Amino acid sequence: MLRQVEGSQAVARAVTLCRPQVIAAYPISPQTHIVESLSDRVRTGELTSCEYLMVESEFGAMSACIGASGAGARTYTATSSQGLLFMAEALFNASGLGLPIVMTVANRAIGAPINIWNDHSDAMSMRDSGWIQLFAESNQEAVDLHVQAYRLAESLSVPVMVCMDGFVLTHAFEEVDLPSQEQVDAFVPPLVPQQLLDPADPVTIGAMVGPEAFAEVKYLMHVKQMAALDEIPVIAEDFLRAFGRASGGLLKPYRVEDAETVVVALGSVLGTVEEVVDAMRDDGLSVGALGITCFRPWPVAEVREALGRAKRVVVVEKAFAVGAGGIVGQNVRDATRNLPVDVYDVVAGLGGRPITRASLRRLLDDVVAARVDASRLHFLDLDVELVQRELERARHGARPGPHAENMLRDIGTVASGAYE
Amino acid sequence: MAFQQIKLYQTGTFVAGNRLLDPEQRSVQARTGRSNSLTSGHRACRGCGEALGARYVLDAAMRATDGNLVAVNSTGCLEVFSTPYPESSWQLPWLHSLFGNGPAVAAGVAAALRAQGREDIRVVGQAGDGGTVDIGFGTLSGMFERNDDVLFVCYDNEGYMNTGVQRSGATPPAATTANTKALGGTPGNVFGQGKSVPLIAMAHEIPYVATATVAELRDLEYKVEKAMTFRGARYLHVFVPCPLGWGAASADTVKLARLAKETGLFPVFEAEAGTVTEVSKIRRQVPVEDYLRPQKRFAHLFGDQPRPDVVARLQARADRNIARFGLLPEGDE
Amino acid sequence: MDKPFAITLDVGTSRANKTGSWRTERAVYTNRMPPCNDACPAGENVQAWLYEAEEGGAGYERAWRKIMADNPFPAIMGRVCYHPCETACNRAQLDEAVGINSVERFVGDEAIRQGWTVSVEVPPTGKRVLVIGAGPSGLSAAYHLALRGHTVTIKEAGPMAGGMMRFGIPRYRLSRDVLDAEVQRILDLGVTLELDTKVGDLEAVRQDYDAVFLAVGAQLGRRAYIPAGEAAHVLDAVSMLRDLESGEKPLLGRRVAVYGGGNTAMDAARTAKRLGASEAIVVYRRTKDRMPAHESELREAEDEGVLFKWLSTIKQVDGGRLTVERMELDDTGFPRATGEVEELDADSLVLALGQDTDLSLLDGVPGLVVEDGVVAVGSDMMTGCPGVFAGGDMVPHERSVTVAVGHGKRAARHIDAWLSGAAPEPVARPALATFDTLNTWYYSDAPRAHRPVLDRARRESTFDEVVLGHDESTALMEARRCMSCGNCFGCDNCYGVCPDNAVIKLDDPGGKYLIDLDYCKGCGLCVAECPSGAIQMFPERI
Repeated sequence: MLRQVEGSQAVARAVTLCRPQVIAAYPISPQTHIVESLSDRVRTGELTSCEYLMVESEFGAMSACIGASGAGARTYTATSSQGLLFMAEALFNASGLGLPIVMTVANRAIGAPINIWNDHSDAMSMRDSGWIQLFAESNQEAVDLHVQAYRLAESLSVPVMVCMDGFVLTHAFEEVDLPSQEQVDAFVPPLVPQQLLDPADPVTIGAMVGPEAFAEVKYLMHVKQMAALDEIPVIAEDFLRAFGRASGGLLKPYRVEDAETVVVALGSVLGTVEEVVDAMRDDGLSVGALGITCFRPWPVAEVREALGRAKRVVVVEKAFAVGAGGIVGQNVRDATRNLPVDVYDVVAGLGGRPITRASLRRLLDDVVAARVDASRLHFLDLDVELVQRELERARHGARPGPHAENMLRDIGTVASGAYE
Repeated sequence: MAFQQIKLYQTGTFVAGNRLLDPEQRSVQARTGRSNSLTSGHRACRGCGEALGARYVLDAAMRATDGNLVAVNSTGCLEVFSTPYPESSWQLPWLHSLFGNGPAVAAGVAAALRAQGREDIRVVGQAGDGGTVDIGFGTLSGMFERNDDVLFVCYDNEGYMNTGVQRSGATPPAATTANTKALGGTPGNVFGQGKSVPLIAMAHEIPYVATATVAELRDLEYKVEKAMTFRGARYLHVFVPCPLGWGAASADTVKLARLAKETGLFPVFEAEAGTVTEVSKIRRQVPVEDYLRPQKRFAHLFGDQPRPDVVARLQARADRNIARFGLLPEGDE
Repeated sequence: MDKPFAITLDVGTSRANKTGSWRTERAVYTNRMPPCNDACPAGENVQAWLYEAEEGGAGYERAWRKIMADNPFPAIMGRVCYHPCETACNRAQLDEAVGINSVERFVGDEAIRQGWTVSVEVPPTGKRVLVIGAGPSGLSAAYHLALRGHTVTIKEAGPMAGGMMRFGIPRYRLSRDVLDAEVQRILDLGVTLELDTKVGDLEAVRQDYDAVFLAVGAQLGRRAYIPAGEAAHVLDAVSMLRDLESGEKPLLGRRVAVYGGGNTAMDAARTAKRLGASEAIVVYRRTKDRMPAHESELREAEDEGVLFKWLSTIKQVDGGRLTVERMELDDTGFPRATGEVEELDADSLVLALGQDTDLSLLDGVPGLVVEDGVVAVGSDMMTGCPGVFAGGDMVPHERSVTVAVGHGKRAARHIDAWLSGAAPEPVARPALATFDTLNTWYYSDAPRAHRPVLDRARRESTFDEVVLGHDESTALMEARRCMSCGNCFGCDNCYGVCPDNAVIKLDDPGGKYLIDLDYCKGCGLCVAECPSGAIQMFPERI
């Protein structure tokens, strides 16, 4: 049923249709509309047989999900940014225990400086947590990925994180085709826990494992994630059959077959990227795009296959490893190892800065014209002058003060006036 | 005392059992059919108070729930000594997640059971004092505030024993630990820090809060059993001496717990909905020195440069508890 | 469940980890000697029979049988024993000693009420043993010898059995029904009692028997030389008490003086009151706290209005009047004459200055040694003459019924061994269960129950028993005050306090506990928290 609906409401509805039994959440922008909506749905009875715990922190939220999942309940939580970091310890624990928890991450930048707007720093910081990470391009895909996430999580006993861009998607009203309860019930069978806290058949969950078996436990986690690379496409195909809609899967190639230059990106920016690709194709340029839906596990073979004929790969990502470079870029470089291809790391859209068609076009034109050095990290639309002034100040003053404050003063932001 | 006085003059209510008692009047621990929720082969130190306390609590809870019990355990000695792969000492469904999240995990288990219509299965969360009063305190307070249907048990041995005996928010003043040594002008842990989680729990006005020690088994079992008659958040703070961390003889574990109560340093009481309802009176009052002397962590108070002033301050703490909770029998105050 | 590897484990699997290998010391269930047992002259296993009595109901008979294994007179003991067990009782250091004697009386009386009996469980040995004297010592020996299958004949000079229990202890302290019942139980074992049969010459009869036990007692009242006028009425206490028991009411007058400070003096004075004396006064040369009389007898005498004149000796007796000299104690506590005299009205004077033994029957017995008027015996109660044993008041020892009973038992054991040619089984005497071996925290505060006593009015006019027995519930409560020093009483503490579940509680009713050495780490908590000190730590041999 097609409806014009806010992304958060659509996701809340999708989650509701998956019949979680325990929801534990702590509010943080821009995740709030999702969990508020779920609270409404539990209160109104739209979502029955569900306990909603309004916990004291994200750490508590994930912990409650761990307990609930251990007790055999289907669980859900959502968070963003700092909240995800506050969960960090529990994220590793949930994956280590193999608990099929599903979580939405409404992607948001991480401070300091504090910033509520979208980028992927939060999800990327947790890329090694043992969670499966799926990135939604649109609200429709966000809805669909949640339905698929439950099936995936429970079939492999592994936690799944569905990432959707904060505000860009969560707060956007779009037309979304929401499935029916019958469809979802048919697609997501009741949970059969791999391990269960059951007085009738007691087990000890969460043992301490020493050097003699720790590596094996971790290896088995890796094997499970590798299995997800096979499972995810199967689920996507099933989904297509059941819902008549292609959604999910590992990758989203767009006009890559013959492209010499391919843009790699995750999340909602893909729409913009595809528009730029179309425009450049219209100009006769051989450009394509590769969307990464499944970032963890990293589909290394599929990415290599998709990029096998490209000469230039431009990875546009909303996060980076400070002091090192691109994160997705490193993974792409790994996937294209020994191929005759240059991989460009481009950091874009940090802290909610828009990634415009014009900027992307400019970037790609430069790349095609070999005006960009593939060995260096690039920042899209960086205010070079501003940065230079700050660096200059640092060279002269013994104590230049915080960069953020200085630069805000330079660009004349109202808030900074208070400090003068 | 709130529990039934048994008219058996030889040993009264103080021993575990007694052949002369009706089986129903014997403590859970006196029964051959007790569940031994924490069974043999665990790697706790000799004379471990926490191992003892955990079995006391869980066996009583198992009995009160007819075996329909799930335990959640925070990281700490209890978790480590009971579950090194490939051996578990637990004989009930048991889940360990992290150090600081026991109460939240337990709340999640309780929520899951309720969602599944299995409210007949009850949940006990358990942690040491570090996992309760410090790192787990946020999740504990949240669990209290939400009134989740969990009995949370703190086995208080007054320090981070698992990591090598460091100070916690439950370490008493003047006690030496690995990071509060008897160095400098204020030997041992400082005065004026730390917190009483039982009192903080009461401030949440949860249905039931109680303190107990491993020295008074029947009182402890009574409190567990009583806690299980309530729904909602309940808190039980059990005093469990640590021979290793306190520098005490392994055979003195129960004695030290007894002295902690008899000096007034550890008040034993019950509270319902934020109000103290019962106090376990001191039976044979002793000065704090009797409690302090057998412990190496207080040895600096009695060494070459004795510190009667510090002992007096500790006595003052005991006296304050005695006055505050009315710990002396009627007529002695 | 297909459980995840390593993270999820099967329950209870740690039992594969045998932590017993950590142990450097091991806990062992032991028995220490309870001080009551240690102090009992009759060798009763007091703690053990209290343990049975604590159960009530069927436990009383088991308790009685445990007493009877050592002492055939539980009901008599419960009346006349001066209970050194209570003096030794560890509970006295906690609140007040357990009223062991009162429980023994209850159990003994219960046996008489219920008609419980003992029987000889071994085949006859064919050995004949002569016991001379049917007092407590002789009867005790006869009882134990009979139980061992020997043929026992008692020759008693008097008209009735009981010795001092009948002719020395007044009825108000020991009901004759009780005495008769307990004596009869011994005779019912097949012991031959020949009354009015004084053995004048042991050598004449000795060869008819395989062994002899002498227990003739000490019944000659000791006389002191006191100048007496013609009208003076002086008699000795032993004779007076014996005559009374034989039906002769002595003529004492309205004012009676008793000379001496022992139990017999108390009995004489109290008897005088009952016989109608308006005034009975005890004259004693030392002070009250130096009196040899048992504290209970003194208290009861005082309660009954007996008067005392301390630090006094009698210099002269005339009709109706005594001359008394005041004494004072020197630094060593010895009384010295002061020369100050006074006069005291008295219609008669009863001498209670001690008793001697009539040893004339022993003339000519080879090897037998008499010293200070008593017969020397070894620790096996045998005299210098092989096969001739002696006990009770006629051997050098404290004189009491209980001591005499103990002698009888010990002599029987050694006679039995002597007759069979084997050494007697050694008696184990483990280390004493001193107060500091107990963990008294576990014992409830429990005030002692004291026995009721007869109304004062009736005590002054009748020979009814003064001290009454406990009812069942009181006796039971008193039994349960026992701390079971040094011996397990099944409190389950060790089973409860073991952090390693290494104490196994045996499920059968008589069963106790075992240390599971697979898991015992040797922490010692069971030892520390055992109320009765019945577990001890011993180093492991490593």
